[in-house]
Amino acid sequence: MIEPLDPGALFIGVGHPLRGDDGVGPWLAEALAARGFNATAQFGDGSGLIPMFEPSADVVIVDATQSGAAPGTLTRFDGADALPKDPFRNSTHEFGLAAAVEMARILGGLPRRLTIYGIEGRDFGLGSAMTEEVVKAAEELLEQLAPA
Amino acid sequence: MTERTIKVDALARVEGEGALYLKVKGNTLEDVKFRIFEPPRYFEALLKGRPAADAPDITSRICGICPIAYIMSASHAVESALGIEITPEIHALRRLLYCGEWIQSHTLHAAMLHAPDFLDLDDAFEIARANPELVKTALRIKKLGNSLMEVIGGRAVHPVNTRIGGFYSAPDPEKVAALIPELEWGADAAREVAIAFSGFDFPEDYGDYTFVSLVHPNIYPIMEGRIGSNKGLDIDISEYPDHFYETHVEHSNALHGHMKDGSRYLVGPLARYANNYARLPEACRETAQVCGLDPVVQNPFKSIVVRMVEVQFACLEAARIARAYVAPNPVHVDCSPAAGEGHGCTEAPRGICYHHYAIDDEAKVLSSTIIPPTSQNQPQIEADLTRVAGRSLNLDNDALRHICEQTIRNYDPCISCATHFLKLTVDRD
Repeated sequence: MIEPLDPGALFIGVGHPLRGDDGVGPWLAEALAARGFNATAQFGDGSGLIPMFEPSADVVIVDATQSGAAPGTLTRFDGADALPKDPFRNSTHEFGLAAAVEMARILGGLPRRLTIYGIEGRDFGLGSAMTEEVVKAAEELLEQLAPA
Repeated sequence: MTERTIKVDALARVEGEGALYLKVKGNTLEDVKFRIFEPPRYFEALLKGRPAADAPDITSRICGICPIAYIMSASHAVESALGIEITPEIHALRRLLYCGEWIQSHTLHAAMLHAPDFLDLDDAFEIARANPELVKTALRIKKLGNSLMEVIGGRAVHPVNTRIGGFYSAPDPEKVAALIPELEWGADAAREVAIAFSGFDFPEDYGDYTFVSLVHPNIYPIMEGRIGSNKGLDIDISEYPDHFYETHVEHSNALHGHMKDGSRYLVGPLARYANNYARLPEACRETAQVCGLDPVVQNPFKSIVVRMVEVQFACLEAARIARAYVAPNPVHVDCSPAAGEGHGCTEAPRGICYHHYAIDDEAKVLSSTIIPPTSQNQPQIEADLTRVAGRSLNLDNDALRHICEQTIRNYDPCISCATHFLKLTVDRD
């Protein structure tokens, strides 16, 4: 179940806009910022996520996944549970989203609420556009997070 | 006679793709190869014919950890070719930005990638479980480096505010001033981490190194001065090609750097520290003393402590520059295109990064040479491996592999940069 984004929540779109479907996180961040939400994109070293986790915050993250599911498949993870490492795309030094969340958990630095949505990608090529399936999934998620 | 081979096919906790191969026959180490198989990237070729003004931005893509080193070495070289003299204010602002890169790069390597070696821990997660406060401190210091790069450079990775002649826009003095308290905290925190790391059980080791770095009579150099060594070298950076050369070896996609007489040398924190110890602020020399570091450190395993002393230095230096900051006017120095050639050499966190460009009368690149620190360190890394592995052959394969990996991580090698590196194989008969 997808809950609408709380106006006080922080939305983080993880991924890189120049890597095809990996750009879905930043794409949603931009769309949500345009609708007045506190939304930002994160496309560098995953360890940069840790300082963004304020203990009192409600944080929602979207990242592209590569799990072998059908492109566009939406998966919801609760930050209170251990995150599977494999489906999320790794960044430089392999310190990706799952590593950042686990590190924050060990350090006692997880936010009050952490929800992660993964959208399965198909094409992560350099300079590729997002695929149709991923655009459609992103648009649907946008409407559910921030009903117009 | 037993023969064994130790292989590490993909070295962890280094930047890029590299491998290590050892061949041991009985009690003799027969072969050591530090292989870099990260694919070659041909940056020098793709610069040909492009505007020289693009060189800093293009070459900065060689590395996401040390983009400033490339931006600055390329900028200095192109500015020298074009006859541009930047103002002291622009130079100070560049130095401030460069401090950010030293802080984030050194802290990432020392605390997250290198420290696990000394604690018999496999990775940063185990360090976080064992010592969460240390990891929190390290992450906060690293974030400070990133903040500096964001405020001055426009963003933390591959900054966008730098250009030939200076900057596109002057950073907001209020935002620069806001960094000062955190920089002051960072200097103290780096000192504490250095002291904590100095308590590690360091392997006994001694390298007879030729330390090559920038040298300067008055300041601890980042982008200033001449190229010098502890063995009498003292040259202008434009003389670099007369004293150093690169060779290709079959087992590596990164060229190997040598001095003209064929000898190897070491660049990076140990070299800078040895050659410029007297130029460190008193507070940093005091930290070094408390950590038990001599003014010249020849045990490469202690480089982790020297890195943290340099982080303290970078925080103090950045705070000093930030306190004196006024928005530079002009924010960049203009020039007209002119044919020429220029050299640039600055201290990347891992050591000197040398650039040379020849440009035509439309200021387009005719030819370029880029020599990153890890290329220069490769022969010395193999020599260290030979020395360390050679006296550790009584160890079982796992322990031998571990000390070899540690020997490589002493250099914080940046393999992506050097291919323009780790798999370990030990062959035992």
